[in-house]
Amino acid sequence: MSGYRLPLILIAGWLAAAPGVSVAQTAVRPQPLKSGIEFTGPEVRALQEDEFANPAMLWITRGAALWQQPVGPAQQSCASCHGDVATMKGVATHYPQIDKGSARLINLEGRIQQCREVRQQTAPLRYESEDLLALTALVRMQSRGMPLAIEIDPQNRRHFERGRELYYRRVGQMNLSCANCHQDNWGKRLGPETISQGQGNPYPIYRLEWQTMGSLHRRLRACLSGVRAEMLPYGAPEYLDLELYLAWRSGDLPIETPGVRR
Amino acid sequence: MAARISVPQNARRGDNIEIRVAIQHPMETGYRTDDNGTAIPKNVINKLVCRYNGVEVFRAEMGSGIAANPYLSFFIVAANSGELRFDWGDDSGATGSERASIIVA
Ligand code: HEC
Ligand code: HEC
Repeated sequence: MSGYRLPLILIAGWLAAAPGVSVAQTAVRPQPLKSGIEFTGPEVRALQEDEFANPAMLWITRGAALWQQPVGPAQQSCASCHGDVATMKGVATHYPQIDKGSARLINLEGRIQQCREVRQQTAPLRYESEDLLALTALVRMQSRGMPLAIEIDPQNRRHFERGRELYYRRVGQMNLSCANCHQDNWGKRLGPETISQGQGNPYPIYRLEWQTMGSLHRRLRACLSGVRAEMLPYGAPEYLDLELYLAWRSGDLPIETPGVRR
Repeated sequence: MAARISVPQNARRGDNIEIRVAIQHPMETGYRTDDNGTAIPKNVINKLVCRYNGVEVFRAEMGSGIAANPYLSFFIVAANSGELRFDWGDDSGATGSERASIIVA
């Protein structure tokens, strides 16, 4: 797992300069909301915006082929039931959501897996596999330009609160919370990078450092590894709760899938 | 190996036209090890050839220095209507090909 490593000295010095401990008990959005693309520099931005050169488009091409591929005993493809992938427009704006059947919080990856297992009756895809990334990116790209439409209601509130709590909890050897970096210090430099607001709007992304596509959960793992905290498995309930909190926190930022990052 | 090819659909005879090719490939350098410390064998797309109505017009030979998911862009002169064909192969013996047609007036 190629996470970045933050130099301890650097971080210690930087934190000393950081404003007091953040133990916000209420959920707050950064003001004004900014997509991470605004912090990446012109080359990465140009790459993301070039429909052809954006390397993530290879996964979109792969996803489009998978969408048509018949699988399982009934030899049904995603297209057999859903028709053109354009019918998925707007779908991603409602995830993560509570799955009615299981009463669990699931994200878009989870929903796609469910269709594979229950409707196509075939083996699920590995969470960070090329194929699941490709299908997730393809479906999410259909909502490009649309903000998420997440409402916090009695069904998902427990997950939202837990996500918020995780967001403000200090963890790892460096004893930092997500908020320490992405809420209190966005726009500041940390080593070679400028800390963004930590928005999930471009995911799955092609990250140049990874030389491949990665999910939001891979990014969360990279951040946790950066502060030398325990990494949880992909799709862990804690990550889903965080994903819900991030979704709420992104306000009206439009989806940018498939994004490119350094 | 997903691939994307961009060729203009129409061109005027004599025009310089841009061809763009992107191929999904890890381009393993041979210098990396997996999580267990075992060396990952070198596996890169070592050759890509573009033929225009059967005639080779572009060839790239690649090695370990190329990043994953290579993206190539080159120019050719539009001569006649017909087909561009792209063929490539990697160290493991896997091959891929794509074709695109062009109308030259
Ligand atoms: C046998 C039919 C069938 C197949 C095949 C199928 N699906 Fe579905 N899918 C459904 C149905 C029915 C629903 C609606 C479930 C619901 O709303 O409770 C659904 C829902 C979804 C949703 C959520 C839509 C929303 O509004 O939230 C996504 C995303 C999705 N499918 C993706 C896929 C993908 C990707 C594939 C191929 C890997 C696939 N499906 C294959 C029948 C199918
Ligand atoms: C030590 C500072 C630090 C901490 C703590 C931290 N991150 Fe990050 N995070 C970064 C850096 C640096 C990046 C890469 C540059 C950027 O986009 O901010 C990043 C990127 C991200 C991104 C991707 C943004 C984009 O546009 O691609 C998300 C989402 C994110 N972090 C969420 C979190 C969450 C959730 C937590 C808590 C579990 C967390 N981060 C903890 C430093 C941190």
